[in-house]
Amino acid sequence: MKILTGNDLKSGAVTWWAGNGWSLHVEDAVDVGTDAETILAREEAARRVVSGYAIDAEKTADGVRPAHIKDRIRAVGPTVRLDLSLKPADPAAGNWVI
Amino acid sequence: MVEVQLRFRDDDAVADPAVTVDAFGDQTNAAAVRIEPGDDARDLLPHLERIRLVEVNFPSFGDGRGYSAARILREAGYTGELRAVGDVAVDQLHAMRRCGFDAFAPEHPLDPAHTERAFATWPEVYQATTDDRTPIWKLRHG
Amino acid sequence: MYKYDQYDQAMVDARVAEFRDQVRRRLDGTLPEDKFRPLRLMNGLYLQLHAYMLRVAVPYGTLSSAQMRVLGDIADKYDRGYGHFTTRQNIQYNWIKLEDAPDILADLAKVEMHAIQTSGNCIRNISSDQYAGATADELIDPRPYAELLRQWSSFHPEFSYLPRKFKIAVIASATDRAAMRLHDIGIEIVRNEQGEIGAAFYVGGGMGRTPMIAPCINAFVPLDQLITYSEACLRVYNRYGRRDNKYKARIKILVHELGKDEYTRQVEAEFAHLLSQGIEPPLAELERIKVQFADPAFETGLPDSVDRSDPDFAVWVDRNTAAHRVPGYAIVTISLKPVGGIPGDATADQIRLMADLAKEYSFDELRVTHAQNIVLPHVRKADLYALWTKLDEAGLSTANLDTIGDIIACPGLDYCSLANARSIPVAQKISERFAGREAEIGELKLKISGCINACGHHHAGHIGILGVDRKGTENYQLLLGGSEGADTSLGQITGPGFDEDGIVGAIEKATEVYLANKQGEERFLDTYRRVGMAPFKEAIYG
Repeated sequence: MKILTGNDLKSGAVTWWAGNGWSLHVEDAVDVGTDAETILAREEAARRVVSGYAIDAEKTADGVRPAHIKDRIRAVGPTVRLDLSLKPADPAAGNWVI
Repeated sequence: MVEVQLRFRDDDAVADPAVTVDAFGDQTNAAAVRIEPGDDARDLLPHLERIRLVEVNFPSFGDGRGYSAARILREAGYTGELRAVGDVAVDQLHAMRRCGFDAFAPEHPLDPAHTERAFATWPEVYQATTDDRTPIWKLRHG
Repeated sequence: MYKYDQYDQAMVDARVAEFRDQVRRRLDGTLPEDKFRPLRLMNGLYLQLHAYMLRVAVPYGTLSSAQMRVLGDIADKYDRGYGHFTTRQNIQYNWIKLEDAPDILADLAKVEMHAIQTSGNCIRNISSDQYAGATADELIDPRPYAELLRQWSSFHPEFSYLPRKFKIAVIASATDRAAMRLHDIGIEIVRNEQGEIGAAFYVGGGMGRTPMIAPCINAFVPLDQLITYSEACLRVYNRYGRRDNKYKARIKILVHELGKDEYTRQVEAEFAHLLSQGIEPPLAELERIKVQFADPAFETGLPDSVDRSDPDFAVWVDRNTAAHRVPGYAIVTISLKPVGGIPGDATADQIRLMADLAKEYSFDELRVTHAQNIVLPHVRKADLYALWTKLDEAGLSTANLDTIGDIIACPGLDYCSLANARSIPVAQKISERFAGREAEIGELKLKISGCINACGHHHAGHIGILGVDRKGTENYQLLLGGSEGADTSLGQITGPGFDEDGIVGAIEKATEVYLANKQGEERFLDTYRRVGMAPFKEAIYG
């Protein structure tokens, strides 16, 4: 699947396109098919997102998994500071990245 | 031709079309010349007396060669119009003015409120250039 | 330390107002991202992997305790309770909101700090020797010259859109602690045969994907021509540096392609022209700055010995203190490399504690080192034990300066959008594996970069590690034999790369080869230089 990610313009937080808005959680990401450019152009013009781009991902039993390690780290947070990640209570969050 | 939006001169604007630096050497009657980023501004130094307008083109605002071209001309004593054209944004105006530009023809017109603020941003300057501003070190030591 | 006068303060305040206006225009839609990006970068604001990152300048690495305290407060108020000290003596925060950035700059301006030109294609923060003004081995304190250059390079009207970033280092000691020859311009303050002080210019060094050691282009520029000569070096670069390829745009490529002699000729011609332009501040300005770097009120007649009865303390004294030029004082390095820790990170509380300790024990002064540690430059030897006790309670007493655990590491793929592989986990594993062997292995500078941009200085490590992306997985190349001191050299790649565990094993083998071949007091680097790559390769891949 193709999903969209970027950063919230004001806060800089990593966000994922959830179909009707941006989510902080990669599991909310939806397949945008061939609409990536249209959505990104609209959302960047509306200043809801900055530095947006489309990536490959797959739907797994654990949810949406970006194909590249960089985007998996973006989805979780720094692997060396999982206390600051979106899943601070999950000691296995780092394993998902690799 | 793009309109000159800001001009800090009292003389009449030059209406002649600007020729390239290459063509300029051969066209002995031309009074206006256009410098592209890759041109050597020093090629014009033998002809400064008859030049009344130099346009310096900024195809992309991130290419800063035009700033050096401007200073080189002013340092050599050029007193005619020095016009920045192309991708000229409000946030570059102050530095361009300090390098000797006295006219601006941005490809996208600038908001006058923003341009006014841009020229008023810096109370002092650290460096000496050929403009009339006194650098901070001179203010400190007279 | 340098104190702002009303002019310096007015300039920094103006910058805050300018950036506040630019952020407002970005948020209201007047300023699009492609135009805003270079402006925010010139104020140190990146968009990184997880959020905006703000890099705050620490000019020539020198801070007062009041400034250090504010750095800690910013970490709490606007970030997540910590900061990261960088290889260019700056500090960066990883979780900044765009909306907050102008307020942070305003907070910094209140203590004479800023983030001006800590990124972007302009002249960056000027780095220097972290022992400046304290060490016995320097000719003169290099920081007044760095401050003169700071003012000249700030908001320079001609040099804000250079082909690429531009880094300057200024030193005044033959023991180069600032990697001077790996900078775009390295300046060494020297004395000539007539006994006059001047500046030797080394131009065209750098790391990145094409590492180069800067050649000397002028062995003696008189001090009253320092700015004019710098301007000439920059103008030639601004006009002729390559702009067609970002990876060939640094001045090292220009100097390399023109040849040192031709580049020098062009600089000298431009210099001859600029001498007539009256752009050089008078020497009185340098004197005005120098006065502010005068010695603190050192006491005389202090005892020069240290009570070494506590063995842990004695190890730390031997490892983390250096000779001060004034008897009875020592230079202390606080390691930000605890075993298994994140190199260069410090919590807000640790930052404030170091500020307090500087006030109590070091004449109100701290330094940031390019190796991502903190220095208290002027500590009475009689106070060392009390200082060490307080550092120890805060987890800041690691005795590993310049050893294998004192690793330089870039933020890597955990934080950086340019990285290809993570650096920090590798640093953590190495530091854990070799903990306790500092005395056995001795001086060994290990440096890790998570991509070819080399922010972790891997080319200059006695052991260097370069993280690469091999078909979507992290892979690490090993380099041996680099150095960034007076004997600057570039490391050589050993061979095929390793995974995260494999690289730690390969380093273990490299240290075994060193220990087996070491003669007398040789360091790892000395042994490598004597025996060459072959035995290391054999042990690692054989």
